[in-house]
Amino acid sequence: MGCVESMNYEILMRDGSFKECRAYIKEHFTEYIEVQPGFKILDIPVIGIPPIAIGLDRDFIIFPYTKPCHGTFLLRVEDTAEAARLRAVKKSK
Amino acid sequence: MSGDTSVQPATALLVLGCPQVPVQTSIALYLISRLKRAGIVPVVAGNKAANMLLVIADPDRHYLGEVMDLDRAVAQISEKKRDFDRCFVFIHNDAGISYAATMGAISHGKLFTLVYGEHFEELVSQIEFPCTTIAAKAVHNPLPLKKALDEVAPWAA
Repeated sequence: MGCVESMNYEILMRDGSFKECRAYIKEHFTEYIEVQPGFKILDIPVIGIPPIAIGLDRDFIIFPYTKPCHGTFLLRVEDTAEAARLRAVKKSK
Repeated sequence: MSGDTSVQPATALLVLGCPQVPVQTSIALYLISRLKRAGIVPVVAGNKAANMLLVIADPDRHYLGEVMDLDRAVAQISEKKRDFDRCFVFIHNDAGISYAATMGAISHGKLFTLVYGEHFEELVSQIEFPCTTIAAKAVHNPLPLKKALDEVAPWAA
């Protein structure tokens, strides 16, 4: 299982609701993929209400990250291989 | 020749939320007690603080059995390495709704949502996935939520 703390991430939104994060992704990123809860992003099972929107912006992945006490964060992480994998998943759907 | 006739006991996962609302720890211990009395093996999954509140309150493990990290529980269920017959998700904020929806999607177990806190009605209205909801306005006093739990008796379901 991956660990967010080991990643070089940028927080686009903090203490938001899950729905606010989903709306933000759909409003700000023309390229996104919808996945089910438990789908792994950077080896981390994603938490949320299906369908979960994952934004793609060049080599950046934008995804919700939920913690019980702090709500949902919207994180932006650069990972060329993972962005390519997600695009392949989207294409195969 | 004899086959394996052993029957595995039913299991239940208690997914704890942030422990900032006091009733969670009390209701979790109560639910664990009722589940165990019904022969169901309870496993607790929470963050470090939520788990420690239970572990410290039950040093001789009269109630608690296995306690695990919430992220690890989600990973194991989503990887289909483990599952439970029942799943109880404690909800008093938006994150709780997200965890409950996730459990409903990744687990084959029967899903129960325990909704409490000042804004419990608003949270209940956000639950749009199949589950049995047990809800009450309970913040410091666990009795309203205990009563709602007893009415549903999920250990007997």
